[in-house]
Amino acid sequence: MRASADPFLSLRGVGKTYRAGGRETVAVSDATFDVAEGELLALVGPSGCGKSTLLKVLAGLHPHDAGTLRIGHPGFDPGRDIGVAFQQPLLLKWRRVLENVTLPAEILGLPERATRDRARDLLALVGLTGTEDKYPYELSGGMQQRVSLARALIHDPKLVLLDEPFGALDALTRERMNLELRRIWAGSGKTVVLVTHGVAEAVFCATQVAVLTAGPARMADAFPVTLPEPRGLDIRTTPEFGALTRRIYDKLGMT
Amino acid sequence: MRRHAPAVLAHLALLGLWAWATTYGGVPRFILPGPLETLRALAAPQIDWPRHLLVTATQAFGGFALAVVVGVALAVVFTWSAALRRALMPLLVTLNLIPKVALAPLFIVWLGYGIVPNIAITFVISFFPIVITTARGLAEVEPELLDLVRVVRATRWQVFRKIQLPSALPYLFSGMRVAAVLAIAGTVVGEFVGSEAGLGFVMMAVQGTLDTPSMVMALILITLVGVAMYLAVVALERAAVTEDARLR
Repeated sequence: MRASADPFLSLRGVGKTYRAGGRETVAVSDATFDVAEGELLALVGPSGCGKSTLLKVLAGLHPHDAGTLRIGHPGFDPGRDIGVAFQQPLLLKWRRVLENVTLPAEILGLPERATRDRARDLLALVGLTGTEDKYPYELSGGMQQRVSLARALIHDPKLVLLDEPFGALDALTRERMNLELRRIWAGSGKTVVLVTHGVAEAVFCATQVAVLTAGPARMADAFPVTLPEPRGLDIRTTPEFGALTRRIYDKLGMT
Repeated sequence: MRRHAPAVLAHLALLGLWAWATTYGGVPRFILPGPLETLRALAAPQIDWPRHLLVTATQAFGGFALAVVVGVALAVVFTWSAALRRALMPLLVTLNLIPKVALAPLFIVWLGYGIVPNIAITFVISFFPIVITTARGLAEVEPELLDLVRVVRATRWQVFRKIQLPSALPYLFSGMRVAAVLAIAGTVVGEFVGSEAGLGFVMMAVQGTLDTPSMVMALILITLVGVAMYLAVVALERAAVTEDARLR
């Protein structure tokens, strides 16, 4: 039996290089950090810094070609225990909201009845009770993104990977979704990796922020976020929040 | 109903214009007979209208249905094999540039007279828009949507059945709408070139006697077969594709 202090995610010098037409592009070089079970890690960095690539490596969509990567405790099944959501909601427009949420569970062949009940619970969790039978086009962008969050959770994954899930939303909706994300995460015990280019969003949401820099794409540093729990949006006006945010901007070379 | 009123009015207006031009407009009746006279051609004892209508409809629907089945099957093969797609798609584009009506005389040499060569010509003319639009629809799935289901290890069949096929349906239907128009043209050309039955055959047969009422009547019935095919496609689309997903 493993000690529960073992990290849930462990990356040591993980790198990914794309080769196309004889040219090599280093997308990620030397990502090194640990994430404990139940943590919410934010991966922050400018566009093109390889954070989405790193997320795809974690999702098992692309193999990494340098370093070592360990995901999950014994019994973790990468094909079963990972949920994802992207910047675009990517809902199937011919399916109603409920059937959109159930898609991953259908693919995994989970029992239909229980899945539909769970989908209803998740829609309630993301504040969308009553939209089960609507089509995606009847929902606003923020609501569609909530559906895609519910879908990421339908098969009760242990690891949830979110690739700039609020990047396409307006500022106010985005702040509300940050609160929602923390509420959903706090009750779940799930490990979450959130890719974002918003430093404030990263600090507000996460228990740990990993900073990637552009150019020669590399891991710059990881900061534990020691802000108190639970957090309200007003925490962003505190000196602690400001100090941490400034240190991250420093790391990104933006001060 | 109110939404369709302008369309119905436009149709009736054309009918009215036709009646007016042939009654008071001075159009000679051997050039264009009036609506009533055209309708009376249906009573001509020497023409077995129901049989000819049935032959034309069978050929048009038959060739069209075959085009849908083969076209969709080929498009599916293309999504499963990039090598085949790269080899065959340009070939299809080249073949598509053959004026298909010019194939009609050859088809008669190869397949003889009757329904078979006419179904074949209808098939080749309506096949291309279906395979090309469907292949495009199957290929135009958001890559991240595929990532989403690959994370939970979706099989190729699941990806096809749950994502690619439904998202290609609007493309398929837009291809079918184009194909329906072409199909009826293909059938009639086949009947012109060599046939012993069908509405196109009727037109050729009565042309020698300047029986314009029968010719116009045949033309109207051909058009109605086309309208029926088109409406069938639209009804099928309404049933299969949600409103938001339809291509305009």
